[in-house]
Amino acid sequence: MAKAKKAAKKTSAKKSVRKIARKRAPQGEKRIHATDEETMDQIDSTAKRIYDTIHKSGRPDLKLPIRSLSNVSYDPKRGYLEIGNQNKVRTLSVNTVKNFAQTLRMMSLSKELISNNDFATKREAYYISKNWEEAKFDEQPESDTVMDDIEALFSVEAVNREQLRFYPEEHGGSVSGPLVVIDQDNTGRVARIDCSSFGSGAYSVPTSVEALQFETNADFILLIETGGMFQRLQSHRFWERMNCILVEMGGVPTRAVRRFVRRLADEERIPVYAFVDCDPYGIANIYRTIKVGSGSSAHINKFFCVPSARFLGVTPQDIIDYELPTHKLTDVDIKRAKDALKNDPFFKSHPAWKKAIEQLVKMGVRAEQQALAKWGLNYVIDEYLPQKLEHPDKFLP
Amino acid sequence: MSKGKQGLLFDEGGSSAVKPKAPARKKKAPQTKKSASTRTKAAPRSKKAPGPAPSAESMSKKQREISVSEFFAKNRHLLGFDNPAKALLTTIKELVDNSLDAADEARIPAEVDITIDQISEDRFRVTCTDNGPGIVPKNVPLVFGKLLYGSKFHRLKMSRGQQGIGVSAAGMYGLLTTGHAIRVISRTAKNKPANRFEIAIDTQKNHPAVKKQDEIEWDRPHGTSVEIELEASYRKGHHSVDNYIRQISLANPHATLRYRAPDRANDMDLTVYAGVTNELPPETAEIQPHPYGVELGVLMQMLRETKARTVQNFFHTEFSRVSNKVAGDIAKLARVPANRKPAKVDRKEAEALHKAIPQTKIMAPPTDCIAPIGEELLEKALTSIHPAEFITATTRRPVVYRGNPFLVETAIAYGGAELSADDAAIVYRYANRVPLQYQHGACAISKAVAATDWKKYGLQQPKGSVPVGPMVLMVHIASVWVPFTSESKEAIAHYPEIIKEIKLGLQDCGRKLGAHVRRKRRDADEEKKRSYITKYIPHVATALQEILELSDKDRERTVVTLTDVLERSRKM
Ligand SMILES: Nc1ncnc2c1ncn2[C@@H]1O[C@H](COP(=O)(O)OP(=O)(O)OP(=O)(O)O)[C@@H](O)[C@H]1O
Ligand SMILES: [Mg+2]
Repeated sequence: MAKAKKAAKKTSAKKSVRKIARKRAPQGEKRIHATDEETMDQIDSTAKRIYDTIHKSGRPDLKLPIRSLSNVSYDPKRGYLEIGNQNKVRTLSVNTVKNFAQTLRMMSLSKELISNNDFATKREAYYISKNWEEAKFDEQPESDTVMDDIEALFSVEAVNREQLRFYPEEHGGSVSGPLVVIDQDNTGRVARIDCSSFGSGAYSVPTSVEALQFETNADFILLIETGGMFQRLQSHRFWERMNCILVEMGGVPTRAVRRFVRRLADEERIPVYAFVDCDPYGIANIYRTIKVGSGSSAHINKFFCVPSARFLGVTPQDIIDYELPTHKLTDVDIKRAKDALKNDPFFKSHPAWKKAIEQLVKMGVRAEQQALAKWGLNYVIDEYLPQKLEHPDKFLP
Repeated sequence: MSKGKQGLLFDEGGSSAVKPKAPARKKKAPQTKKSASTRTKAAPRSKKAPGPAPSAESMSKKQREISVSEFFAKNRHLLGFDNPAKALLTTIKELVDNSLDAADEARIPAEVDITIDQISEDRFRVTCTDNGPGIVPKNVPLVFGKLLYGSKFHRLKMSRGQQGIGVSAAGMYGLLTTGHAIRVISRTAKNKPANRFEIAIDTQKNHPAVKKQDEIEWDRPHGTSVEIELEASYRKGHHSVDNYIRQISLANPHATLRYRAPDRANDMDLTVYAGVTNELPPETAEIQPHPYGVELGVLMQMLRETKARTVQNFFHTEFSRVSNKVAGDIAKLARVPANRKPAKVDRKEAEALHKAIPQTKIMAPPTDCIAPIGEELLEKALTSIHPAEFITATTRRPVVYRGNPFLVETAIAYGGAELSADDAAIVYRYANRVPLQYQHGACAISKAVAATDWKKYGLQQPKGSVPVGPMVLMVHIASVWVPFTSESKEAIAHYPEIIKEIKLGLQDCGRKLGAHVRRKRRDADEEKKRSYITKYIPHVATALQEILELSDKDRERTVVTLTDVLERSRKM
């Protein structure tokens, strides 16, 4: 079912949705996430270990992997930023007792949610903590951090925040194109959603995508940075013309969008192309996160990135080739670019990227994807994208 | 000697606000057209006024002596009488200074009664009665009716007064504003009668005009009572008389002050500051000038006037701490024969001698000429006034500026309910046990306080100013001659030696305070951590109970064990 070779050639419109048999996940993939049983076991055994240590008059501890770019490695064969083995051990002491209390209460809440087959949004969890008297959280970032800690604590066992039943607030991005999503809501009703029939609107990725099933015969997935560009391609039925699925990311995509695209790409074996602004943020933050994940959530990158993604544009060379209007790089831009060159294991291991970023810094300018409008509003649809899609082999890794 | 400069009473322009009587001095105000034109007619600016030009002769007719008292009548601000509120404070200050000086010198534990009565809206009567040695009747008129008359100017001795102006200026101010003469009762011994006086001042002649004098019955065996009626206003607050008297008691822990404010209901309603010690301040000796810092001109004058026969003998007898050997060393170093007659020393040789002085090692001036309040008494007195949580004081060793020994004392009261943590520290300035109330901006003490790095001691300090915190800073300078910036004795001149000593004293107190502040923070931290244990352990146990479905008993057992574990780990 490899369709990559076709993708570049497709220029004519095709029938958007073709119902095909549901595909199974590729064999041999390690378990993606823990079952509810396993998650509750994790919580129980952690609590038990702490309880036992206390009653042996010892001081219990929690071993948390360090979540930052300094503790990740990148192997292009594996395809994602992998968390290293640096841990911080948090031992129960006068200084950490508050954090221990909050972490344990949060774990207890998680267990309760699982046994009731319910969930709490991150914000709701924060409000639930208001019942915990002194152990309550003052601000939501504090409870978010504790959730991340628990997730990292259990990451070896493939327990994600979603398995802990804490859901993010943000919505996933918009999707349109030849794709049917088969979903099931809490009541168990099954819905078949045709992503080509939203008119001028679009399907929106739900917060938890693990149970979704897909049917598609699209040739590729195009990830688009801005809502404006998505709007243009969507309303001109670009997806129909190129037989592709359009996904709007709205900046750095949420976990759900990343996971959605990852599953779609893996299970349906469709190539993924990213179309973002040509600036250090578009490259080093948005694209890098889709492709290999991020430093701060390194413990979950394995599942929440799309290693097969490739960079369509806008490339620094495009700025020259298409004579795009530009803005000067800001100090922040330059710092971000230099940082990527120096500290980011992903860029460091791809000479093509090194060259491109160095070129950008040298040019000292950036260009937005919508700058293509200089040549006419639909230039992007009629010329730029088709031209680029002729040579997917030339996309940056 | 170095009084020379101090003695020049009039060369210093008053920096305080002047209310000039003479319109000629006024800045040209915007004028109406009419007056402008008349003015132009009368006196064209660049041209000569009509009439004959003044000649030396005509001018000489206008040249005449200005009496000191006349001068001061016009320039009362120079003495601290610039406004009614300040006039009241200055009057009380001069009276109390004199009473304490007299009692200390006579070695009598001072007891001073101060009363203020309000006679009308802006008129007050101030009475100050002491148990001092009294004043012999023949001197009373001069003491109170003649400016620049006193016992303290022509000597180097630590005392509150030093100029011989104070009380007569207050009396003159009263006379000028109310027409009432100063009233004095004084008695020198039990077997002598008490004398009552009413003394006005002839400002033309700077001479007392005794209006009344009689002998009276007085219930005190000795002492002096002075009463002045004056135009004034009584206020509360920082510059208030109430506050001032409190501050006097702080620097004079041996004295007892009884004070009745004008708003008190009756005569018996007194504020009493009882002395916190029975010991009098150590008796202070009068000293000779110390050679370090003597000015060349003064040295030359001393050489001319001395009774000594030789240069060596001159240094030995006229200066303090100069032994015969040291005197010889100075002469030798200056290459001036030690047996040269002082009067024969020429300018060049005098210069050489003057240069030789700082190069010769001379003992510091005797310390018995200055009586510090002392660390212990400072702390005691400060405690009785500001019941703070931390009090410390430092008395520095005497050093010299311009040949005058002086010493610095500093004290800090920190914390406690009375003091606000968000305000700038309250600074109490003292010179020879006298509080300084005005002109803090011009004072060396304020400068030294601001120049000290208080952040080192855990306090906040806006750049270049007084630290912020719940504290009172006290700085006392004791000297045989305090260098004030003006006759109103409100601010101390910025001698580098003095500023350096103040800073060293403040740093010493600051270090002790810093240790306290840090200890306090540590304790608060400890306390917080302790409360952490009791606050959060139950939550650890509750969560474990929920997850592991423990019994209540197990939960309680967990709380107890974990508390124990943490308490133990904290002690390690
Ligand atoms: N209450 C008193 N008891 C005894 N002697 C007094 C008293 N008040 C003043 N005298 C004497 O009168 C003198 C003049 O006092 P006055 O206040 O005018 O000057 P001063 O104290 O010498 O100097 P200053 O001008 O600095 O105050 C003093 O030097 C002192 O000898
Ligand atoms: Mg006096």
